[in-house]
Amino acid sequence: MTGRFIDLYSRLDSPVHRLAAGAKAGAAFGVLLAAGLWPGWEVLMTAGIVVLAGVAAGRIPWGFFISRWLGLMLFILPVSLLAFFQPGGWRFFCLFLVRGGVCAGAVLLLANTTPMAEILRVLRRVGMPGMMVDVLALTCRYLFVLADEAGRMRFARQSRTFEGSRRLLWRNGASVIGQLFLRSLERAERVQAARLARGGK
Amino acid sequence: MHIPDGFLDARTLAASAVLSAGAVGLALRQCRSGDGADRRLPLLGMTAAFVFAAQMINFPVLGGTSGHLMGAVLAAVLLGPAAAMVSMTCVLILQCLLFGDGGVLALGANVFNMAVLGTLSGYAVCRLSGGLLPGLRGKLAGAGAGAWVSVVVASASCAGQLALSGTAPAGMVLPAMVFVHMLIGLGEAAITVLVLWVIAGARRDLLEDDPERSAAGWRVVAGWGMILALGLALFASPFACGWPDGLESVAQRFGFETRSVGSLLSAPLPEYRFPGLPDGGLAAALAGGAGTLAVFGVMWSMSGWLIRGRRRMSPVVE
Repeated sequence: MTGRFIDLYSRLDSPVHRLAAGAKAGAAFGVLLAAGLWPGWEVLMTAGIVVLAGVAAGRIPWGFFISRWLGLMLFILPVSLLAFFQPGGWRFFCLFLVRGGVCAGAVLLLANTTPMAEILRVLRRVGMPGMMVDVLALTCRYLFVLADEAGRMRFARQSRTFEGSRRLLWRNGASVIGQLFLRSLERAERVQAARLARGGK
Repeated sequence: MHIPDGFLDARTLAASAVLSAGAVGLALRQCRSGDGADRRLPLLGMTAAFVFAAQMINFPVLGGTSGHLMGAVLAAVLLGPAAAMVSMTCVLILQCLLFGDGGVLALGANVFNMAVLGTLSGYAVCRLSGGLLPGLRGKLAGAGAGAWVSVVVASASCAGQLALSGTAPAGMVLPAMVFVHMLIGLGEAAITVLVLWVIAGARRDLLEDDPERSAAGWRVVAGWGMILALGLALFASPFACGWPDGLESVAQRFGFETRSVGSLLSAPLPEYRFPGLPDGGLAAALAGGAGTLAVFGVMWSMSGWLIRGRRRMSPVVE
C-alpha cells in the first residue's frame, strides 16, 4: 500500500522543510504556472533549475526522487505522443515532455517537503470551503485503513480460491468492493458515534 | 484519463476550473443543507476513501492488461449525486497530491471530467433508464448504462479539452478517446452492476429510493443542468476545434515554425464524421443514444442472469 506514495520524505528536517507551508505551496504553484503556461524556454529552464535546487536543499534522496519522477513520466509520455499528430512534430513533443517533467518535479518536491496536513491548512486559508477541507482530511486519515482492509479481504479470498478463471476473479473483485462499501458505511457510523461521544456536533 | 500539467492552455484550464467550482460548490451546499449535515461528514470522507481503495482493485481484461473502477456512478447510486461529486473531487485532489496522478493546474479539468460530468451524466442516465423497468433488475441495468455513459462522456470531454488547447487535432483525439472508452466503459458498467448486486444481496435497503438522498432543490438541479450543458457544449461537442489562435502562437513565442517542420504522422481522420449521417452533432447524439440503449440491454440481461443465479442458490433472498 505505501509503495505508490510520492510523499515518503515529507517529514525530513532541512531548511526547505522548515519553511512555512504557505510559502512552499505558493512557490510550487508559481513554478507550475511558469512551467505549465508561460511560453518561453528561459522560463521553463529556470523553473526546472528551481525545482532541482529545491530537491538538493531539501536533502531528498536523489534515487527516490528520480525513480518517482520517472514513474510519473510514464504517464506523461503517452500524452506527449499526441504532438506527432500535428504540424510541429517532435519539437512539440519535446516541449510537452519538458513541461510535464518540470511540473511533475514541482509536485514531487512539494509533496516531499510539506506534510499533507499542512497543505490542507493552506487550502483552508486560501478559501477552500471548510467542509471540503474536513472531508479531505477524513479521506487522508481513512485512505490507508480502507486500502489495507481491501488488501486483507483480497488476500483472504485468494487463499481460499484455488481456481483462477477470469469470471471468478471478476466476481471476487466485485464482492470485495461491495463488502468494503458495507464495512466503510459501518465504519462511518462508528466514527460519527465516536465524534458525538467526544462532544462533537 | 488524468490529464497531467503542461498540456492544457490557460483558457481551457480557467473555463473548466470555474465550471467545476460551481458544480462542486452546489454539491457542497446540497450536502450541508437539511438536518444532520454534520452527520454526513464522516460518510463523505469514508466514501472518498472507499472509492480510492476500490480503484486499487484490478480486474483482468485481455492478455496481461487489467482495468479498474472509476466509481462515480456507483457512489452516486448509493449516496446520491451531491455526495458522490464531493467524494470524487476529494479522490482526484488527493490522487494528484499524493500519487502524482493528474496535474495540479489541470485539477479543475480533471475534476470537471470525472467528478462533475461523469457523475451528473451517469446519474441522469441511471435515473432515467432505471425508471423504465421495475424492480432490482431495472435498477442494476440503469446503473450499468449510467456507468458506461459516465466513462464515455468524461473521455469525450477530456479529448475536447486537449483539442481546445491545441495539444491534438480534434478530428483525431476525440474519436480515438471515445472509441477506446466505449470499450473501457463496458468494464465499468459490468463492475458497477456486479458490486451493486453484491450490496443488494446484503443490504437491499441501500438500493431503495431514498428521498433524502436523491432529492435536490430545483436551484441545484437547474445549476447542475446548466453546467452539464455548458460543459458538453464547450468540451465534448464534435465542433470543438480550438480557441482562435491556439498552439501556433505558442510555437512562435517558443521560437519555432510549425509549418516548416511537418508532422511525422498525419491525422488518420482529419474530419471525423459518423458514417452515413451528414450532421456531426446530430450523428454523435444518435450514436451516443444507440450505444446507451445497447449497453442497457446487455446489462439488463446480465443482471437478470445474476438475479436468477442467486435465486437458484437461496430462494429466500428475493
